[in-house]
Amino acid sequence: MLPFVIKRLVSLTLSLVAASLVIFFVIEVVPGDPASFMLGLNASPETVAALRDSLGLNASAPIRYWQWITGLLQGEFGISYTYKVPVRDLILDRIWISMPLAVYALILSTVIAFPVGVLAASRRNSPTDVSIMGVTQLGIAVPNFWFGMLLVLLFAVTLGWFSAGGFPGWEAGFFAGMKALTLPAVALALPQASILARVMRSSLLDTLGEDFVRTARAKGLTRRQALWRHALRNALIPVLTIIGLQFSFLLAGAIIIENVFFLPGLGRLVFQGITQRDLIVVKSVIFLLVFAVILVTFIVDITYAIADPRLRRARS
Amino acid sequence: MSDLHVEPSLRAGMVYAALRSPSFMIGLVLTLIFIAAALISFFWTPYDVTQLNIADKLQQPSAAHWFGTDAFGRDIFSMIMVGARVSIAVALVAVGIGIVVGVPLGLLAAARHGSLIDEIIMRTNDLVFAFPALLMAIMITAVFGPSAINAITAIGIFNIPVFARLARGAALSLWQRDYVLAARVAGKGRARISAEHILPNLANLLIVQGTIQFSLGILAEAGLAFFGLGTQPPLPSWGRMLSEAQTLIYIASYVAIFPGLAIVFTVLGLNLMGDGLRDIFDPKLRRAR
Amino acid sequence: MALLEIENLALSIKGTPILRDIDLKVDAGEVAGVVGESGSGKSMTAMAIMQLLPVGTQWQGAIRLDGKALETYSEKDMCALRGNDIGMVFQEPMTALNPVQTIGDQVAETILVHSGKSRSEARRIAREALNRVGLPEAQFPLDRYPHDLSGGQRQRVVIAMAIALQPKLLIADEPTTALDVTTQAQILRLLKQLVDEDGMGLILITHDLAVVADMADHIVIMKEGEVVEAGNTLDLFRRMKHPYTKALFEASSHVPVRNPVHVAERGEPVIEVSSVVRDYPLPRRSLFKAPGHFRAVDNVSLAIMRGENVGLVGESGCGKSTLTRAILALDPIQAGEIKLNGGVFSTSGEGPDRDMRRRVQVVFQDPYSSFNPRHRVDRLIAEPFHLLESQPDRADKRRRIDAALTNVGLSPSDAHKYIHEFSGGQRQRIAIARALIIEPSLIVLDEAVSALDVSIRAQILDLLADLSDRLAISYLFISHDLSVVRAITDRVLVMKSGQVVEEGSTEDVFRDPQHAYTRELLAATPILDEALKAREARAAAK
Repeated sequence: MLPFVIKRLVSLTLSLVAASLVIFFVIEVVPGDPASFMLGLNASPETVAALRDSLGLNASAPIRYWQWITGLLQGEFGISYTYKVPVRDLILDRIWISMPLAVYALILSTVIAFPVGVLAASRRNSPTDVSIMGVTQLGIAVPNFWFGMLLVLLFAVTLGWFSAGGFPGWEAGFFAGMKALTLPAVALALPQASILARVMRSSLLDTLGEDFVRTARAKGLTRRQALWRHALRNALIPVLTIIGLQFSFLLAGAIIIENVFFLPGLGRLVFQGITQRDLIVVKSVIFLLVFAVILVTFIVDITYAIADPRLRRARS
Repeated sequence: MSDLHVEPSLRAGMVYAALRSPSFMIGLVLTLIFIAAALISFFWTPYDVTQLNIADKLQQPSAAHWFGTDAFGRDIFSMIMVGARVSIAVALVAVGIGIVVGVPLGLLAAARHGSLIDEIIMRTNDLVFAFPALLMAIMITAVFGPSAINAITAIGIFNIPVFARLARGAALSLWQRDYVLAARVAGKGRARISAEHILPNLANLLIVQGTIQFSLGILAEAGLAFFGLGTQPPLPSWGRMLSEAQTLIYIASYVAIFPGLAIVFTVLGLNLMGDGLRDIFDPKLRRAR
Repeated sequence: MALLEIENLALSIKGTPILRDIDLKVDAGEVAGVVGESGSGKSMTAMAIMQLLPVGTQWQGAIRLDGKALETYSEKDMCALRGNDIGMVFQEPMTALNPVQTIGDQVAETILVHSGKSRSEARRIAREALNRVGLPEAQFPLDRYPHDLSGGQRQRVVIAMAIALQPKLLIADEPTTALDVTTQAQILRLLKQLVDEDGMGLILITHDLAVVADMADHIVIMKEGEVVEAGNTLDLFRRMKHPYTKALFEASSHVPVRNPVHVAERGEPVIEVSSVVRDYPLPRRSLFKAPGHFRAVDNVSLAIMRGENVGLVGESGCGKSTLTRAILALDPIQAGEIKLNGGVFSTSGEGPDRDMRRRVQVVFQDPYSSFNPRHRVDRLIAEPFHLLESQPDRADKRRRIDAALTNVGLSPSDAHKYIHEFSGGQRQRIAIARALIIEPSLIVLDEAVSALDVSIRAQILDLLADLSDRLAISYLFISHDLSVVRAITDRVLVMKSGQVVEEGSTEDVFRDPQHAYTRELLAATPILDEALKAREARAAAK
């Protein structure tokens, strides 16, 4: 097991280095001169020169990359050009909205998808299965931001159960915070839950057709016991991959949803960063999101090995 | 991927299976409606979508304006027709990029399985996968500014590893087939075998994945446009219509409803068609699921 | 009262009749053999006894266990019966076990679902069951996972699961088909021993007449969902009333007639393999150590003369497939040299010579994966033309395709059909046509008849013998099936762990094997005549 973890850690580090190079290249090298890009066409040469100086842009690209990376390792992301405060502080303010939102949505989608997928698989071709498949087909087709708007229309505008957006801050209490995140989390979670439920169902159906399930039935297990004790754990292995992938979709989706619900999270920050051409903010937040995605992939790989004894050996 | 083959003489049987598959037929009809709407919009729309008409703003749906009008008095039905054009074009080109670049890469990786080039292709794929399409688009637009071309690039780049992985995985299993060994014994090289024996037997799989990526592309384009990173005015797009509707939702909910439904039905149509195709191509799968 | 009685069993799936009028009786302590080719309905009969039938199955007739009719059992009663009163062993040991559960837990589960015993008590019984099937604690502790075990060992675990509660009836559905002969012999011995010790009834389902002749007290022969003949083993083989039984019997021990043309001057060997070595790299264990390698073919030499048929036998993992790939120049070799008709074909340094490649062609085992399903037969069998310097013109090509098809007993009009229009045996003929078309001097037959039913196998063997006689082609015949090798080859090589351990004329090797491993192989191979003779001797002694 340990060599396996070490191998995955090496690959995690390599991915992070590669990702940081890509981000640095696209944002700092491709535009030519980031300083004049950030200031726009009307800036005077003096202001551009001053900004270049303050951003340390006169150094060569490799040196700037090195400075960026060593800064990141120390938790220093640079100073935002528009907010004039350390980007680290901007991120720390907002991550406590984006993270809980993504995790909340992930839990919701898993909790919904799991039983629904198992139910559909165990009653294959029944009316229950057919309706579940129909609803999930619809769920996949719904864009989450539009679904968010419909939720606002129904629960905020018509029924008045929730506020249409905004975030009271965690100071207002855990439940007030969670309540404000509920509609956005549901908007994010339902389309993902539809995908997950379908994957769960088809993976379970595949496993139910395996020889070892027949062996279990020959031992005298009921259909139900064979499903829960033998098929399910084997069926979970592909489902784990999808859950890992979904986390990255949820993070990205959160960027849009935060704008629908006016949540002051990382998504708003990136959005503002783009409209104000604040490349320092954009660069750091994107790296942070990519880091989260790669980290989740790593965790999924490790979980994989725990779920499947064959991998502990084969891959290490 | 239990069986990739469609026996050619079964094609007549497949047409029959297609006609009997309700999901395929519903999907096909929905997809054709939107393609027709997009094509017709080049020649005719009920109203001119570039013409602002403040006097007619925020009209409820009526005989004159089937889906009502927006805050500038433009006809929403006409805008949806033109929007279909943008959505379909962006998604189609993005899928095209994915297939044209991704499939050869996947075939190459499979033909050179275990070599350095395979390793490089797959690692690069993993890396691209770590940037979801939206993040990719944000990065690109942050530097190049928002436009339809950038949206296509971002979605297209994200499609490359999808098709590369799919092609590689399926090709690897085909390389194990005895008929590939027989071709090697007949002295054929890797490139020729890939073209003659591997690619044609991947076609069905690629068509199915293509329809799925097409629908994902439409969703992604809508997301980007909603975020202001896609198609720019004056050309209407479904995503931007929704983002403009966001502030109007309290007074005129239909402004938000119709473009949303357009997205849902297009995506639903493509997905149903993809599912139906998968069943039709693979009768074994149809029995199993 | 018999332990199991099946009377007039008829079964259909979604309206398609599968079984008709099946009668079968098994007494305690008795072995009943059910024999048939693929599609005969033998496995479905087993699943009917277990009541584990596919959705949409309907059946009539009577299945009685201990006099109690199964149709009166609810699904819950059946669950109490399965694993407790009836145990079952399946064909594919590699997939029959849950990959994410230890073998101990899987065996103990049989005990836990059927009795109120504690977990530790169940594990104790599981331990005993595993000991009984020859998996002692020292090497096979309860916490091992299936992926650590070989096919034969996994089959033993499946058997342990089936017999843990000492059921009255054990059903074994092709339990040794996926295993090597020596493992097969061990598993069959184990089943026999368990039946004797526990007084179980055993239903042994197989396609192999030699296996049932050795094992079964009485036999049921099935064809297309019906019983064509049944009876006491000796009586049945003596009488063989039904023509199908006779045909099956003849096909099982079929020896094709050979009339080799006398090639007066045999001259240079068609192929000469000298000291060939083939290493596989092992997965890298550490970043700092060079990866090791596994020597799959170790210093092997062989030569085949014109018109000569040479057999290469060995069990899975012995290196015969790797050697085949090296001879076909599909993989590089690490040392040695392969010559064709006296010219160097491939060496460790250089790749194969394209011009020579046309002198060796191949027929593979699986008739279903040997052809690109998108091409027509003419294109399929014309593929080796790629190796010719200049492509034949249309008419010539046409003529040669027709000739190849006629040679293998098909008609020129088959050229325009797609491969799915042919049966397994016909596909194997097309594979042979593809190998013949550029007139090679050697055809490698890689388990070419192993996937075929015995009756089809006999026809293909006849075809091969005929082609070799008429066209003076040499064969390298690779097989795990010794009786087939004996029937068709002039000379035989026995391989074990990458080395040739014995070589000689087929008759000599089979009659008087020198190497201990060859003797072991031969002893393990079930032979119909000998099994019947032994059975007669036993009957006479009684």
